[in-house]
Amino acid sequence: MSVPATRAASAENALLSVEHLSIRFGGLVAVDDVSFTATDRQITAIIGPNGAGKTTVFNCLTGFYKPTMGRLALRHPSKGEFLLERMEGFHIAQTAGVARTFQNIRLFPAMSVLENLIVAQHNMLMRASGYTVLGLFGSKVYREAEKEAVDLALYWLDRIGLTNRADDAAGNLAYGAQRRLEIARAMCTRPVMLCLDEPAAGLNPRESGELTRLLMAIRDEERIGVLLIEHHMDVVMGISDHVVVLDYGKKISDGSPQAVRDDPAVIRAYLGEEEDEDLPPEVARDIGEERS
Amino acid sequence: MTSARASSATSPRSPLDFPSALRESGVVALVTFGLAFALVGFRAEDVPGGLDIRFRFDEVMAVTAVGFIGRFAWILLRQGRAFPVAVTALPFGAAMVAALLGPLYAPAAKLERFVVFGDLVVNWLLAIFALGFGGRAAWLIWHEASSITPEAREERMDRIGAAIQQASRYVGPLLLGLALALPFMPFADRRLLDIAILVLTYVMLGWGLNIVVGLAGLLDLGYVAFYAVGAYSYALLALHFDLGFWTCLPFAGIMAAFAGILLGFPVLRLRGDYLAIVTLGFGEMVRIILLNWYKFTKGPDGLSGIPRPTFFGLPMTANPPEGTQSFHQFFGLEYSSVDRIIFLYFLILALAMITNLFTLRIRKLPVGRAWEALREDEIACRSLGINPRNTKLTAFAIGAMFGGFGGAFFATRQGFISPESFTFIESAIILSIVVLGGMGSQIGVVFAAILLIGLPEFFRELQQYRMLAFGAAMVTIMVWRPRGLLAHREPTIRLEDARLKSASADSGGQPP
Repeated sequence: MSVPATRAASAENALLSVEHLSIRFGGLVAVDDVSFTATDRQITAIIGPNGAGKTTVFNCLTGFYKPTMGRLALRHPSKGEFLLERMEGFHIAQTAGVARTFQNIRLFPAMSVLENLIVAQHNMLMRASGYTVLGLFGSKVYREAEKEAVDLALYWLDRIGLTNRADDAAGNLAYGAQRRLEIARAMCTRPVMLCLDEPAAGLNPRESGELTRLLMAIRDEERIGVLLIEHHMDVVMGISDHVVVLDYGKKISDGSPQAVRDDPAVIRAYLGEEEDEDLPPEVARDIGEERS
Repeated sequence: MTSARASSATSPRSPLDFPSALRESGVVALVTFGLAFALVGFRAEDVPGGLDIRFRFDEVMAVTAVGFIGRFAWILLRQGRAFPVAVTALPFGAAMVAALLGPLYAPAAKLERFVVFGDLVVNWLLAIFALGFGGRAAWLIWHEASSITPEAREERMDRIGAAIQQASRYVGPLLLGLALALPFMPFADRRLLDIAILVLTYVMLGWGLNIVVGLAGLLDLGYVAFYAVGAYSYALLALHFDLGFWTCLPFAGIMAAFAGILLGFPVLRLRGDYLAIVTLGFGEMVRIILLNWYKFTKGPDGLSGIPRPTFFGLPMTANPPEGTQSFHQFFGLEYSSVDRIIFLYFLILALAMITNLFTLRIRKLPVGRAWEALREDEIACRSLGINPRNTKLTAFAIGAMFGGFGGAFFATRQGFISPESFTFIESAIILSIVVLGGMGSQIGVVFAAILLIGLPEFFRELQQYRMLAFGAAMVTIMVWRPRGLLAHREPTIRLEDARLKSASADSGGQPP
């Protein structure tokens, strides 16, 4: 189950500290010696061109991949420290409180919107139902737990503005609504850290505005850490407290949005090498867009 | 041909493209001829001194003609010319029926001459075919609008499915009431009760498999293995330790659940086709073990003398052993052999209803919701902290448990079991019931079981043709309703229920 840490986290106050994380797939080094920290009540963005290894880092954090090297320490405010690299996939969400969303939305499409939010509270309900036995006979403990779960689900339904679609199949929602529902579902697991993989992908400007407001509200009201992969620079620059830039699996920059924006290494990664400076600016931008 | 179809779509009264229609019908007739030449044309006959092969030219030509005419009628229907089809096919079908029934009721009328084929069943199929075409044509004329799109039809069927699902809270009790009253109906003879018991056994197995396939989405082609484990558990316990049905029933369930876990462990990582193949192999393994472990299971000889269930300790026999009372003596009734059948009927009805109520209940519990979530997206489940291993194993175990109960009932009903009863075709039939009924639909399973088990059993006189009808029914349902008869999913919790739950007790306000 949970693995208590043998030594204290290196960075003070860090919710998550990633140290020397490396992942190799055969000869390919997808992530190479990346270290960064994420703090609670802050939005930490991971950016970088396509194939930079952002999603790979996420998959390590949430237990879908086992890192080749490195240490992923999560300091749960009430349960102590967890070493995520040693935990089995679902335990990370169950015990350590790391929830995630996916680049290509993964809802339970045939289940209703409300059910999606209640399934997310599976572990709490499972314990309360006495691992089904008590639940079968409708015990009071289970009924109370179910009420609590329903309350949380209704609360999040209201937050994402889908109360009137509660009974519809999640797969029938519009794309933007599915994105919001996936975030709400992750929040229903009562996480201490929320990992969002390109939440603004495919959203129109109005929807992405709604999304930024939702993320900021989650940060400020739920007081949890948010880790964000995003390509929309206006979203990233608008809401991030801290930005980590990856390129070809290596960390090339780390700091406040302003500092990262002005970092020559980042500009090089996005816009190309020095010799590109001879090109007219619009050509350079086109090349940059192609790469990113 | 395509041009004719395209133009017919725009104006149904466009001139019929005769040459191409004839050509298409001719091609179909040729194909029919080719098939019929080999399949219908040769018949092995007993003659003195061995078998002889007789060539049935008339029947081959008749089949070819039916192919040609049928295709032509179909082209006419497709082009919106229902009238000529209706006026030919309906009288022809009616004449066929009259000719077939004629000898029974009016032998003098000499209607036999209208009969096309030598085989009675083929004649009936042809008559039904003709009436079907005629009826379709008449329906088209009646409705005028033949341009209903497949999407619209699908949507309409979905609405009907949803309506039936909505109505199932009334249909369910109604069906249950009918089922309870069935043995006391005047027309309920022993044969009908036997068929009803068989149908209910498959309903129960369908409901059990529905947990694994419909809810958890784990395609299981070896479900009959658990049925076999249940049957043999009961039979062996009863024969070796002299235990009664009621004592052994839980054990049979537990053994089958254990077998379910045994199967579950190695297949945890598998999904879809791969899972199906392994479960298929598991089903065969169990059957082959039963067949070959002669010392334990008596192999192909089977186990006989399996005790019958008792009614609270009262056996259902005519002559109970000394010092005991049997059912009819205790209640002071005349002994009737049907009593035992009625008892078995109510027993399987009760077992099936327990399966149903359990499934309906567990669907609303966290584990049931987790099963459905697992069916939808396993990776998302893991990201929400749902343990996929335990969730899958519970689905296998609980589904298997009901299979085991069903098996114990089968053993006690038959009094004799052998590995022959647990072949792959049983798994396939149970799976067909679940799939055709509509995955996850409880009431759909009932309809599918009646359709697939009850009707073929009722028309047993038609011999091998009933399997043909079985196949035809499957193909028809899959074309007509690819997601099953009643594939409408009702959410396990609705917003109103949620609000009620939320409002009940002390209103806790909003969580943090």
